Amino acid sequence: MPTRVHPLLGAFAALVFLFLLAPLVIIVGASLSDTTYLTFPPQGLSLRWFANIFQIEAFRRTAITSLQVAFLGTALSLLIGVPAAYALNRYRVELPRWLSTLFVLPILVPEIVFGFSLLKSITIGSGLPVFPSLILGHALLVLPYSVRVVGASLASFDFSIEEAAMSLGCPPLRTFLTVVLPNIQAGVIAAFILAFITSINDVSVSVFLTGPGISTLPIQILAHMEQFFDPTIASVSVLLMLVTVGVMAIIEATLGLTFLTK
Amino acid sequence: MTKLAKWGLPLPATIAVVVLLIIPVALTIATTFGEAKGAFSTYAAFFNSGFRRAVLFRTLEVALITTALSLVIGFVTAYVIAQMPGRLKSIMIIAAVFPLLTGVVVRSFAWLIILGKNGIVNDTLMSIGLITEPLSMLYTEGSVIVAMVYLFVPLMILTLTGVLEGIPRDLTEASASLGAKPIPTFLQVILPLATPGLIVGAVLVFTGSFTSYATPQLLGGEKQMMMGTFLYQRAMVTFDWVGASTVAAIMVVITIAIVSIMSRIARRLNPMAV
Repeated sequence: MPTRVHPLLGAFAALVFLFLLAPLVIIVGASLSDTTYLTFPPQGLSLRWFANIFQIEAFRRTAITSLQVAFLGTALSLLIGVPAAYALNRYRVELPRWLSTLFVLPILVPEIVFGFSLLKSITIGSGLPVFPSLILGHALLVLPYSVRVVGASLASFDFSIEEAAMSLGCPPLRTFLTVVLPNIQAGVIAAFILAFITSINDVSVSVFLTGPGISTLPIQILAHMEQFFDPTIASVSVLLMLVTVGVMAIIEATLGLTFLTK
Repeated sequence: MTKLAKWGLPLPATIAVVVLLIIPVALTIATTFGEAKGAFSTYAAFFNSGFRRAVLFRTLEVALITTALSLVIGFVTAYVIAQMPGRLKSIMIIAAVFPLLTGVVVRSFAWLIILGKNGIVNDTLMSIGLITEPLSMLYTEGSVIVAMVYLFVPLMILTLTGVLEGIPRDLTEASASLGAKPIPTFLQVILPLATPGLIVGAVLVFTGSFTSYATPQLLGGEKQMMMGTFLYQRAMVTFDWVGASTVAAIMVVITIAIVSIMSRIARRLNPMAV
């Protein structure tokens, strides 16, 4: 491709990035305002809305729930997703093609339909309490990441190394843990991170699976917004953006951010 | 041993998808056919209601406009990114990834501050004297579309940057060295090669916006009910579960239809396919 960019195209792209980043800057500004209502540019500078987050018990409680659900759901999805990804790559020609399609289904089915159906069949239909339902729902929601991102790592893994270890008498599980896993480490970490952030941010599935006393942070934010329109929400948003920064740092350190364009 | 591993390893994930996704969604769809008034009575009720038809058409319209705008904005931006030198390119990719990984609630909330009664747009317009009364921009189809485009442009940029980077430089150089100007090179070499990627991006954005919940909830409210918010309202506010299931079934059918038709077209149009 030519390396010269027409100035008009360059200007357009600059405007697009302004469009993408300005709203986030506005949130940061609004979170620092010393007013009782949301405004930008901030009037007076104050960190009191950040302090206010910690005064509101519901935010603390739902943040903990969100973290627990994201950790457990992601761990569960890796626990069942990594073996599936391994089999799909190791026995590629022998396994039926529909099997790999099956693990993409959670992307294909609208999340809101999935959340509603899960509530109907599992939470109410089978009487499963809300908390484990949330974990199962999130595990399934992020399963495609576990299978596909780890799968992408496995695709470039040379299985003859594994055969060498096994033919020298190394038992299968130990071979997997000491030979295969170190080679796909970056993929597993990236899958974990992408799944984790998807779970933390999820609304469509969680909105159906909140019960008495149990809710996730994004759902709590939505509920708070319906009653109060003060800078607290902006402060919570800033904290969530800091989580995003951390996540990006981890992706960059493991696979590199350009991985996301593949 | 091999046979055991081959079928045993994917088994837990398979069971999870079948038990937690396929069966529950199938049951949701099945309940819509179990009505005493006839198998398709809930669908007849849906399409006979002017309000519900309006919800469906509004959702389709918002999804289509969002997809079209995201395609244009995303493609041009990705084209610029693909031609940037390494360091600038990384910065631009980071600037696109950051909003992508920030949650939908945070990103929709930003537009409440921007478009609200006392928001930046109204403040600016009033202070320069263009308007005297604040405009009501929230809870309109426009506000939903702006927030949706904002939501999906980063996804489109990243998808298309990958696609454009994958186009071998030799091809555009060959085209240029044979005398083609930039615009014919773009139209006859780059665009056809990028078409499958454009289709993938369009499908992602269309299905994502067609089935979204949080953005229409925050920026559309009751006034601009869309399929996602309507499903939620039927299920959790009015407890009309058959009605909610009907909405769910229509969403599933439209999503799967779009995905399968478009992926078939993408496969046919792929000039790189052997």
